[in-house]
Order: sequence, then structure tokens, then C-alpha cells
Amino acid sequence: MTVALSVAILALFFLVIFQIAKASEYVAILKGEEVSRKQSNKINGFLMIAFLVLGLVGVWYCNELLYDKTLLVQPSASVEGERVDEMLWITLAVTGIVFIITQILLFWFAYKYQESENRKPYFFAHSTKLEAIWTAIPAVALTVLVVMGLRSWFLFTGDAPKGAMEVEVVGKQFGWIFRYPGQDGIMGKKYFKNIDEAKSNPLGQIWEDEANYDDVVTTQTMYVVKGKPVKMIIGSRDVIHDVGLSHFRLKMDAVPGTPTTLWFTPKYTTAEMKEITKNPNFQYEISCDQMCGNGHYSMKGVIEVVSQAEYDAWMAKQTPNYLLAFPEKAAQPVADKEAEKGTTAQATSTKNSSKM
Amino acid sequence: MANEAVLHAHSGVETHHDHGHEHHHHETFITKYIFSQDHKMIAKQFLITGMVWAVIGGLMSVLFRFQLGYPDATYPWLEDILGKWAKGGRISAEAYYALVTTHGTVLVFFVLTAGLSGTFANFLIPLQVGARDMASPFMNMLSYWFFFTASIVMLSSIFVETGPFSGGWTAYPPLSALGDASPGSKIGMDLWLVSMALFVVSSLLGGLNYIATILNMRTKGMSMTRMPLTIWALFFTAVLGVLSFPVLFSGFILLIFDRHFGTSFYLSDIFLASTNTALPNEGGSAILYQHLFWFLGHPEVYIILLPAMGMVSEILSVNSRKPIFGYIAMVGSLFAIAILAFLVWAHHMFVTGLNPFLGSIFVLLTLLIAVPSAIKVFNWLTTIWRGNIRFTPGMLFAIGFVSLFISGGLTGIWLGNSALDIHLHDTYFVIAHFHIVMGVASMFGMFAGVYHWYPKMYGRYLNNTLGYIHFWVTLAGAYLIFWPMHYEGLAGMPRRYYDYSIWESFKQFGELNKFISTVAMIVFAAQILFLINFFYSIWKGRKVKEQNPYNASTLEWTTPINPGHGNWPGEIPEVHRWAYDYGKDGREFISQTEPVGANESKH
Repeated sequence: MTVALSVAILALFFLVIFQIAKASEYVAILKGEEVSRKQSNKINGFLMIAFLVLGLVGVWYCNELLYDKTLLVQPSASVEGERVDEMLWITLAVTGIVFIITQILLFWFAYKYQESENRKPYFFAHSTKLEAIWTAIPAVALTVLVVMGLRSWFLFTGDAPKGAMEVEVVGKQFGWIFRYPGQDGIMGKKYFKNIDEAKSNPLGQIWEDEANYDDVVTTQTMYVVKGKPVKMIIGSRDVIHDVGLSHFRLKMDAVPGTPTTLWFTPKYTTAEMKEITKNPNFQYEISCDQMCGNGHYSMKGVIEVVSQAEYDAWMAKQTPNYLLAFPEKAAQPVADKEAEKGTTAQATSTKNSSKM
Repeated sequence: MANEAVLHAHSGVETHHDHGHEHHHHETFITKYIFSQDHKMIAKQFLITGMVWAVIGGLMSVLFRFQLGYPDATYPWLEDILGKWAKGGRISAEAYYALVTTHGTVLVFFVLTAGLSGTFANFLIPLQVGARDMASPFMNMLSYWFFFTASIVMLSSIFVETGPFSGGWTAYPPLSALGDASPGSKIGMDLWLVSMALFVVSSLLGGLNYIATILNMRTKGMSMTRMPLTIWALFFTAVLGVLSFPVLFSGFILLIFDRHFGTSFYLSDIFLASTNTALPNEGGSAILYQHLFWFLGHPEVYIILLPAMGMVSEILSVNSRKPIFGYIAMVGSLFAIAILAFLVWAHHMFVTGLNPFLGSIFVLLTLLIAVPSAIKVFNWLTTIWRGNIRFTPGMLFAIGFVSLFISGGLTGIWLGNSALDIHLHDTYFVIAHFHIVMGVASMFGMFAGVYHWYPKMYGRYLNNTLGYIHFWVTLAGAYLIFWPMHYEGLAGMPRRYYDYSIWESFKQFGELNKFISTVAMIVFAAQILFLINFFYSIWKGRKVKEQNPYNASTLEWTTPINPGHGNWPGEIPEVHRWAYDYGKDGREFISQTEPVGANESKH
């Protein structure tokens, strides 16, 4: 009913506008087409300058309304991201100035040089000097931007610093899996045909590889340490995903069959960020930024940035995936060594015993 | 020598056509309106089909804006229209993604490629270079009918049970390759691929024809450097299409093989949770597809934009009553853009794990495009400077184009820089950027062209008042819709999300999304106004009474008000000068057909 009504109102509205437009055409013919053409030329000329003024006010007002909702009010949560922000502000300054100048010229010229009987258009076909100027200025400005950008780019995509912790991040429809290399610092080998969710092997770890014995596998939430560079080794189990880290100002695709990497240094713990943003619900969210299917919008992961101590405590509570897949292996060494504290110990001892 | 040969060829064509004219008097409805070989009729066919698709594609955006603007509301009438795609009156995620994907595909290819360059290349090339028709009218007709068939196939995909393709218009595998990864990648994707393949054929048939016509069928005296900028732009557009569409086609062929014949061009290491199986494919590269796709995909942006640039140059000059400023620089910048268009495709792929060094080359080449773009903008500004501007609706849209091109072009400098793209990639910043610079700007170019050449197309005028309303609502609306999206992007808000409410980082834009959706509906309604104006005026518009209503110097205005097949009843006029002698030596304009006088000043 309401739909029918709104369609009817809309149709009526169109009819009214249409009739007015028709009528104005008849009036134009009565008044003389040349006269009415000049009138509407004046109106449109005025609207040009009005649009310019309202538009610039609108740009300012839009900024007033929305600025606080963007990341521009938050410091970058990663050391590397500061360079993104810096690049962003410089680019904004350059493009902003050009934007304001050119838009003002465009609409002001349109207003100022609207048709007038007294003006003869100025026959001005070319000027090598002018053209050289506005070839050279953008070329120089862009060179500066390119050089600055590339310096950051090579930092972002270069090798992670020594001592960076490594975490494997694997996307799947529609969630995230994380793997930590454990005490040996080596990720065990994996093969996608070994993937078996039912047997606690979501990544397809090859159990013959001993490096896998202490690898910890978790889902949805990833723990990293404040101030310690973390290198993500990114992959996907099915389609292309993307590890979107807006607070850290970085992102990288997760491509099946082709591992990618991304590293950064977290600057603030999650708790600190809650204070900075004054948002008690703040989370470092991992958003999937590459269309990956109908659940794309819900493919959310979380990064907890914690202190080293908190991280160690958390890690101590994790059970290596190997032991989840083979609970019987966990039982033996624990029995031998009289239940030491925590599962990390278990993992270590498992490995030791297996090496013997 | 070469000109001589062309001239002889022309006289041959003329005599042929003089015979032909006898037949044209007996044209049937089918040969005149359906399987027409007249470039002007084919242009209208492209235009109207493009308009139909613009309405469908636009309506789709209105539907998914409902979801984005009012994610919690339910509309029972949506279920009436969409059935199972909107159970309970709320568009499902599946339908949302199908709408987004089809909107993108249709607008990029069917509206802004076929509808824009198909229309104006067909309409303007023979009229402005002084030819009776295209080099091959038959191929030209085929080009339209391949496009039409592609349209039908695409349309049919909306009605299959598993739905149309829903993996984004770029159709990245493995998502697009695996039916088990997404229902839209089942039969819907096959139809999408067939439709796109037919579209590529259409585009190649058209493009080869445009190139052949421009190179070989110019009238006597119409040297390349005397051509209007519209023709230059359409020429580069056609070259871009001919060189890049086949690459897209090859990408599609490999995708078809991966989908149906067990190959592994794009597939490797895949385990699907939906079927709980690991696929046998190993060794393929999903990134290979992206290279093939964007090798077309980026030139495609310029395929869309260049015709608009050409028409805008022409319309700004005619209505400022001044020559276009820096003709050679305008041609040169078109050429530079066309070359660079082939060398920047990987800037869409900075975050795919692309080799960083390769990435840096693409940063450099991408930002280089800003130079010819800047030249064009400053030349347009100088063209209207000290002019005597007539605000016809065509002129208004041309000015709007320049404004949008500036706004959207500048954000390209952000995204082309990989150090920023790594943050802003696939956020709403990108949506804002390409909708303004490629979508709306090219749409404005198209509207400018339609308003400007409508009198030549139909021998009648569009209603100006409706044109003014259409322009101001659309310009203000376009900015209101897309400008705030930059801020969403600066919050990191990803594109192609069905619902943002579960995201702590992105849910603060609920009110804004509502606002954008509302404006989108108003702007869509304004386009309906244009459609009414367009179709009403075909039959009832004010009649054109003068042969040259704008006092323009180009050749199309030397034809009769309603040109028949063959365009000029007598001989094709000879050209003696460039197309932009406006306001020269105190004269309002000098037609291209007027010989250069003895005392005329040089420019």
C-alpha cells in the first residue's frame, strides 16, 4: 500500500516537473527563444558560482561531521604505519591545494565568462610556455611523491627485522587460522591434502615433520607482543582473502598456493588503545578486504596486542596441535616426567622424548 | 599521394552509394530499425540498449543501497520482487553480492563501454571525418547484435536458480572458478563468461571498424591533425580496446578450462570446507588471472574515459565560442594516456604479494599518468577562460565532467602510490575514487554528448529545463553520494560488505550510509526524468530548424537536419582547416569546409 502510494506520489511529482518544463518551453517561444535562452544562461551562470561556494562549504562541513569517525584521529598502531600516515598527509596537502585551486578556477571562469553581448571571445589556441609550465609542475610534484612513497614501500615489503616473531595467518571461508612455530621457532611443513578438520589438522600439517610437534594452532584471535616486530606468513586455504589491518595501516592478500608476507611492529597494547580511542570495546580487527564469498562481510579476526609477560602466560596455556591430533602422545611423556606445569612444558618434553 | 588514393576510394564509395540510395527508399522496418547498417541507427541502438542497462544497473545499486542504508529494516515489497533473494523483506547476502557484481559488470561494460563509446564512435566518426558510413557497415551491425546477445545472456543469468555471478565484477578465481565456493559461481558464472566473451567479440568488431574508418575514410583535406578531438579520443579508445580485450578473453578461456576441463591455470592448494575435500589442482597461480584481467581492466578505465574527454573538449570549445586550448597537447596527452594505460595494470595488485620492485615500477608509471591528465585539465580551464559561455545542458555536463575528473583524478594520486594503497586498498576510498573519476565523470561525458548531439540524432531538441534540473540534481547528488565515502575509506571500511554492524571499527557510519542511500534514490529518480525527456523528445521535442544550431565548425553540422543513410545528399564536403576556428578574426566561427582566406591570421 505504502509502496503504491509512494510510486503514485513520485509519478505525480514527475508529471508536475515535466509540465512545468513543457510550459517553460512554450513561454520561451512566446518570449522569443533568444531572450529566454539568455535568461536561463544567467541563471545557470549564477548557479555555477553558487555551487562553488556551497560545495566548498560542504567540503568543510563534511569534514567537521566525519573527521572524528576516521582513523585520522587515532595514531597509527604500528611503527611502520606512521609512514603511511605521513605519506597520507603530504599527499592530502598536495592534492588538496590543487583541488581547491582548480575547482575555484573552473566554476569561477564559468560564472565570469558567461555569455555577454559585450564580450568577444579571446582567440587563444595555444601557448607553449603555459603548457610547459603545467607539464613541469605536476611532474616535479609527482616525482617527490613517488620517491617518498617508494622509500616507505621498500621498508614495508622488505625483510622483517631479525628477531621478529613469526605467525602464520591462513584465511578460509570465513575465518582466520593462526599458527605459532613453538619453541623451536620453525613452522613445520604442511600439505593441503592433509587438511582434516575432524582430526584437528585444519592446516594440513605433515606429522612426519618433527618441527610440527610444538606448533600451536589457534583460530580467530591472534596474540602479538607490543614493541616486537611480527612477521605474518599469509596464506589461504580456499579462495583469495586479504588480511586487512586498518589500525596498523597495512594489508596483504592471502592467496591459495602462493604465500605472502607482511611485517609490522605494534606500538600499543589493546588495553592502551582502548584508552587512546576512549572506546572500551576497541579491538584490533582483521577485516577480510578481498571479496571471498557470501560470508565475506563476517570474516573477522582479532589481534590482541599484549606485553611480553602476558604473551608468555597465554602461550603457556596453549596445547600444540600435534597433541590435539594425537592425545595419546601427550599422555606418555607427562606420565614419565610427573606432570610439570603447563602445556608448554608438555610440548617441549614431547619433542625431547621424540628426539631420543 | 595517400590523400589522392583516399579520395579516389571515396568517389568509388560515393557512386556505390548513389546506387544504394535507390534501395534505401524501400527500406523495410527490419532493415531500417533492426538489422540496420546505417551507423547513425546503430549508434541509437547502442545508446538505447545502454540506457536500458543503465536503468537496470542503477536500480540494482538502489536495491543494495537499501541494504547498506537500512540494514535492519524489512520491506515486504522487496520479497514480492525478489522472492527467495529477499526472504522476509531483507535482501540476502547472496542477493546483495549478486547485485553488487552485476551492477559493476553492467555499468562498466554494457553502459560505459558499449553505451558510451559504442554510441558516439558510431555516431560521430563518419559524421565528423566526412564519410558515408563505417568501413564495414555489416561488421558494425554484427557488433551491435553481438552486444545485444551478450546482454540477453547476462540478463538470463539473473533468473537461474543458483543466481547470477556474485564474486565481484573482477571475477577473481578461485572464487569465480569454484561453484562449491559460492553458489553464484555455478551456472551463473558460466553465463557471465559467455556473455562477456560475446561482448569482447562485439567490442573487437566495433573497434576494428572505428580504426579502419578513421584511418582510411577521412574526406579530402581532413588530415589527422584537422580531426576534432572527439575523433582522436575515439581512435585511441578503439586501439586500446583492440589490443587489450583479447587478453581479457584469453584470461576467460583459461578460467573456463579451470572450471570445466580440470586444468590448473589459476588453482592450487585448495581445500573447500563446504565439501570437506581438497581439490586435485596444484601449481596454478591465482594471480595470473589478475594480470590478464587488469591488462584489460586498466585500459578499460580509459576506454570508458577517453570518449568522454574527447566529447567534453569539443563541447567546451563550441560553447565557449573559443578554440580548444592546445590542440596538439590535447592529442599528445590522449596518446600518452593511451600508452601509459597499458603500463599500469599492476597498480590494482600492489597487495597481492606482487614483487615489490615490480610494484615500484608500476607506482612510477601510474603517477606519471597524472601529468597528461593535468595538461588536459589546465587546457580545459584555459579553453573556457575569456570565452563567451553558453550554458546549454551539454555544456553544463561538460563542466561537471571537468569538476568530477579533477576530484576523482586527484585521489588517484593517493591510490597509485603503493605506500598509501597498502592502507586504502579495497576500502570505500577506492569506491569513491573510481565512481567519481570513471563512473560519474564518464556518465557526465555521455550526458554531455547526448544533450549536445541529440538535435543531430533526432532532428529535435531535448527540453532544456528538464536538462538543467537533471544536471544540477545529478552533479550535487554525485558529490553528496561519493564525497563522504572518502571518509569511510579513511576509517579503513572495506568495500563489498553486506553488513557493518558486527565491526567495532566500521559501524560508526550507519547514519551516513542512510544519507547516502537516500541521495542515491533521489539521483536515480532524476535520471528517470532524463529518460522521460529523451523518449518524449524523440517524437514531441521542439524541431530543429537550422542546419547548424550551435554555429559549430565541424562537419556533422553540414549534413541535412535529418541526414539519410550516406549522410550528405551530394558530394562529401572538402575540409580546409582544423575544427576549432571559433572567434577568429572577429568572426563567430568558421566552418571546416571554408577555404582559408588570403588575409586570414594564423594561429
